[in-house]
Amino acid sequence: MIDVQHVTKRYGNAMALNDISFSINKGEIVAFLGPNGAGKTTTMRILTGFMPPTLGTVRIAGFDCLETPWEVKKHIGYLPETPPLYLELTVTEYLTFVGRIKRLSEDQLTERMDTIITQTGLTDVRGRVIGHLSRGYRQRVGLAQALLHNPPVLILDEPTTGLDPNQIIEIRELIKSLSGSHTIILSTHLLAEATAICQRVIIIHRGQIVAVDTPEQLGAKLRESETLSLTVKQSDPDLLEALHHIPGVIRVSQGATPHTYLLDTQMGHDIREELTQLVVSRNVGLLELKTQPLTLEDAFKVLTQTKTPSGSSISMSGGPY
Amino acid sequence: MTPVHTIVAKELRSVFVSPVVYVIAAIFLAIVGLLAYSAAANASNQAIRLMQIQNTYAQLNLNDMLFRPLFRSMNLILMIILPLLTMRLFAEERKLRTFELLLTSPIGVNEIVSGKFMSVIIVYSGLLSLTGLIPVTLSAYATFDWRPIYLGYVALFLQGALLISIGLFASALTENQIIAAFLSFGCILGLWMLGAVGGIIGDTTVGYILSYLSFSEHYERLIRGLLNLKDILYYASGIAFMWFAAHQAVDAYRWK
Repeated sequence: MIDVQHVTKRYGNAMALNDISFSINKGEIVAFLGPNGAGKTTTMRILTGFMPPTLGTVRIAGFDCLETPWEVKKHIGYLPETPPLYLELTVTEYLTFVGRIKRLSEDQLTERMDTIITQTGLTDVRGRVIGHLSRGYRQRVGLAQALLHNPPVLILDEPTTGLDPNQIIEIRELIKSLSGSHTIILSTHLLAEATAICQRVIIIHRGQIVAVDTPEQLGAKLRESETLSLTVKQSDPDLLEALHHIPGVIRVSQGATPHTYLLDTQMGHDIREELTQLVVSRNVGLLELKTQPLTLEDAFKVLTQTKTPSGSSISMSGGPY
Repeated sequence: MTPVHTIVAKELRSVFVSPVVYVIAAIFLAIVGLLAYSAAANASNQAIRLMQIQNTYAQLNLNDMLFRPLFRSMNLILMIILPLLTMRLFAEERKLRTFELLLTSPIGVNEIVSGKFMSVIIVYSGLLSLTGLIPVTLSAYATFDWRPIYLGYVALFLQGALLISIGLFASALTENQIIAAFLSFGCILGLWMLGAVGGIIGDTTVGYILSYLSFSEHYERLIRGLLNLKDILYYASGIAFMWFAAHQAVDAYRWK
C-alpha cells in the first residue's frame, strides 16, 4: 500500500532524512517511533505529498507522490501534528468544507458526515464553534477531518499528544477500530503507545531507520538487559569490585553521585536478594534500590548496539527491513 | 460546488464572523461619507458666493468639484484599508497550520489562490457599492454627468483589485498578519511613489516608464472620464502578475 524507496530529504545543508526505505501492507497499523526532531513529521509530510523528497520515490496505493499527486491526495487522510482547524467555523461547517475540498459529492458528504460524527464521538458538539472546544474535542475533529472521505491510507502525526489519559485511550481505541479497513501510519515518541496499538514499529532516529519490528519482538530485545540503580550511604572502595562478582551482573558503572551504582543485569536473573545481602554484610548503609525504567533513549542504545542472534531486522543503514 | 466556490464560501464565512470587516467597513464608509459631505457643502457655498458676486445662477461642475477629489481620496483610503482586508488570507492559514489541509487535499494551488482573491473582491465590491449611495442621493438635488462617475467606479474597482492582488501576494509570504499588512502597504506605497518620481523626471523614457508602472496616471485618467485600453490593460496585467506571484509563493511554501 505504501512503498518508500531511498528517500532523502535535505533542508539546505541539514539532512532531515537519510536514505529511508520501508513498505507497509494494506490494513496494517504501523508506528513511527522516535524522539522529537528524528524526522517523523518530515517523513509524513513527504508521504502526504505536502513536501517533495530531495531524492527517492514514494508510492501510495500504486501512485507516485510526485508524478500523480492528485491521486495520492485522494487516497490519503492526514492529521498533522497541529490539527488543521478553522476556529471560527462550527464542527459541521468545517467538515462540510473539508468534504468539498476532498471532492466528495453532496450525497456522499451528507452520508459520510453522520457516520464520521458518530464514529469520532462529536454528536454533542456538532453545532458548536471549534474555537470553543477543548483540546480533546479539537483532536477528534482533526481525526474526523482525516477520515471524512474514507481514505484507504491514514497518516496521523502524534494523534494523542496533549490529551488527558482518558482521551488518549479513547483515541487509541478509535484508531485500533479502524485497522483492517484502513492502512494507518502514526507517529509517536512514546514507546508504550507504539506497542499498544501497532502491529509494526519503525524506529527512526536522526533521519535514519534504526529498527523495524513487531512490538513483541522489540519488547523482547529491549528486555534482554535490565538496569538496577543502587544507592548507598558510605563509600566503600571494594564495593564496585564485589558487585561485579554477583552472578548475572553484566556491567557495573558509576551513577550520578559517587554513592550510586548502575548495574546492568542479564534478563531472568533477579539479583536483588543477593545484592541486598551483599550491601548489608558490608555495612555501607543501603538507601535505595530500584530498577531503571526503560526510556526511549535507552531503547535506541540497546537497539543500535546489540545484534540479536536471530539478527532479524536491525540495520543502521535503513535498508529494506 | 466547484473547489473555487468552496474556498470563496468558506472565506466569506470566516470574514463575516470576525469583527474586523465591520470595523473596516464602518471606518471606510464614515470617512468617505464625511469627505463627500464636506465637498458637497463646499460646492454649495461656492455656488452661493458666485451667485452673490455675479448675481446670476451659476451652474457648478460637480464632477470637477466633488466626485474627482472624492475618488482621489477614496484611493488613498483604499491604500490603507485593503492591506487590512488581505493580510489574513494566507498568513492565518500558515499560522494555524490549516495550510497543510489545503495543500494535502485534491485541489490545485490556482484554485486556492483564485478562491481567496475572489472572496476579497466580493467583500470589496459590497463595500464599494455602498458608497454608490452618494451619487444616487446627490442626483436628487443636483445635476451632473454620470459617465465619469461610472468610469470612476470602474477605476475604483480595478484599483481595488490591484491592491488586493498585491495584498494576496504579501500574505502568502509570511505567517504574521501584521508583517503581511505592512508588506503590502509598503509595496503599494512604492508603486505610488514611482508615479511621483516619474512625474518629477518628466518627459524622458525613464520618466515615462516609471509613470506607466505606477497606478496613479492610469487611475487619474479613468476618473477624469477617459476610457483608454492601455489603462485597462495596465490593471489587467498588474493583477495577473500579482496573482501569479502569489501562486508561486504558495507553491514555494511546500519546498521549504
